[in-house]
Amino acid sequence: MALLDVAALEIPNLAPVSFTLERGECLAVQGPSGTGKTLLLRAIADLDPAGGRVFLDGLERNAMSAPEWRRHVRYAAAEPGWWEATPRRHFGDAVKAEALSKTLGLAASLLDRPVAELSTGERQRLALARGLMDDPAVLLLDEPTAALDPKARSAVERCLKKLLTAGTAIVLVSHDRAQAKRLARRKLAIAGGRAKVGAL
Amino acid sequence: MTYVQLTFFDLAGAAALILVNGALSLAFRLGMERSLAVSTLRMCVQLGAIGFVLKFIFAQTSPAWTLGLGLVMILVAGREIAARQETSFEGLWTYGLGTASLLFVGTLGTVFGVGALIGPEPWYTPRYVIPVLGMLLGNTMTGISLGLDTLIGAARRQKAEIEAQIALGAARFEALKPTLRRALRTGMMPIVNAMAASGIVALPGMMTGQILSGVDPVEATKYQLLIMFLIAGGTALGVLVAVLGAAWRLTDERHRLRLDRLRASRG
Repeated sequence: MALLDVAALEIPNLAPVSFTLERGECLAVQGPSGTGKTLLLRAIADLDPAGGRVFLDGLERNAMSAPEWRRHVRYAAAEPGWWEATPRRHFGDAVKAEALSKTLGLAASLLDRPVAELSTGERQRLALARGLMDDPAVLLLDEPTAALDPKARSAVERCLKKLLTAGTAIVLVSHDRAQAKRLARRKLAIAGGRAKVGAL
Repeated sequence: MTYVQLTFFDLAGAAALILVNGALSLAFRLGMERSLAVSTLRMCVQLGAIGFVLKFIFAQTSPAWTLGLGLVMILVAGREIAARQETSFEGLWTYGLGTASLLFVGTLGTVFGVGALIGPEPWYTPRYVIPVLGMLLGNTMTGISLGLDTLIGAARRQKAEIEAQIALGAARFEALKPTLRRALRTGMMPIVNAMAASGIVALPGMMTGQILSGVDPVEATKYQLLIMFLIAGGTALGVLVAVLGAAWRLTDERHRLRLDRLRASRG
């Protein structure tokens, strides 16, 4: 049984989207800007109302509370929001937070810097670390390395590969075709109002 | 009780002061002449009319007439809340939320304040009920307006922060907690400030009115304190009901932030 099963999900200006995702699999979502890639991730995370059905391990999302669904199916926005003054306050487990930051190529001291003083790339990686804290089963990543230099991008990709090996499934929106090939074997190509699954 | 009755010449003399506002608007090109004239006219007509309406209703001492006027006051105050919002909910939600909160506070506050505390005979005597309800509504209306405006404005500005928490598994009221706190604080601020300034910076309107009409200042103070406590409690309750209702409407049963339920901003 597939880990994530998206069945006829209704996204504005897009024909109903269906695909499945196995454990440890990455699906690259590709398409021009404004075609609904972010809306697709948001709909899977149940952040916007959308018709259609989504299953996790055979269980329909409406069978569990929305907060519980989002603890398993985690959306990481391209421009993450912060509601506390420093990143550390967003993490419960300080030891795990520091370890995850290190994995993503970030010094632990950044956790105590005011969020406003962090660069876009630092904020993006810290948001990814924040999203990994409770080990979600599925990651919905929206341009996770868009603001990163090659070294930082490599650190993020290494981390994502480790997660895939451990069984996490990833839906990755990325304009970087080379990155998509490094992480995924299949793609969901969005063009002309339709989303089609194919090999990369 | 004795007081100096005012003539129309006295009122005309006071009204001449509005010319100062008009001159200021003209001198600094504030463009307020028209709204100033309309507001002045509205005030004269509304206050003049309510004077006669109150005289009629006070003469009836009928619960039906008192209730009728009270309902009209609540409906108008609810409309005022909706009109003061920079961004409102689609449909009649803002009006409904404001009016329902005022109905709750107005009923509770008037029954408790007039019925249980002041205790006139009969308890619905309009001479007591209408002024108390009016003061309660006027102040609660300001608190609710500010609270709703703060909540909705902050939810729009801080969409990314709120949705980040929701995406991490927070329930809707948990994600809105800082926004709710700010809205409640803003809504209650005017009455807290008014209480702190009462008696030093300004003598409250009702107390001034009672003193002018010959009531002993200590008695007037007791009435004013009672009213201030009623307003403080009423504002807190009204702001709480309205802001929680708005937060509920700003989200849905799947804990999503529903800014699509808002109408585009004015201006």
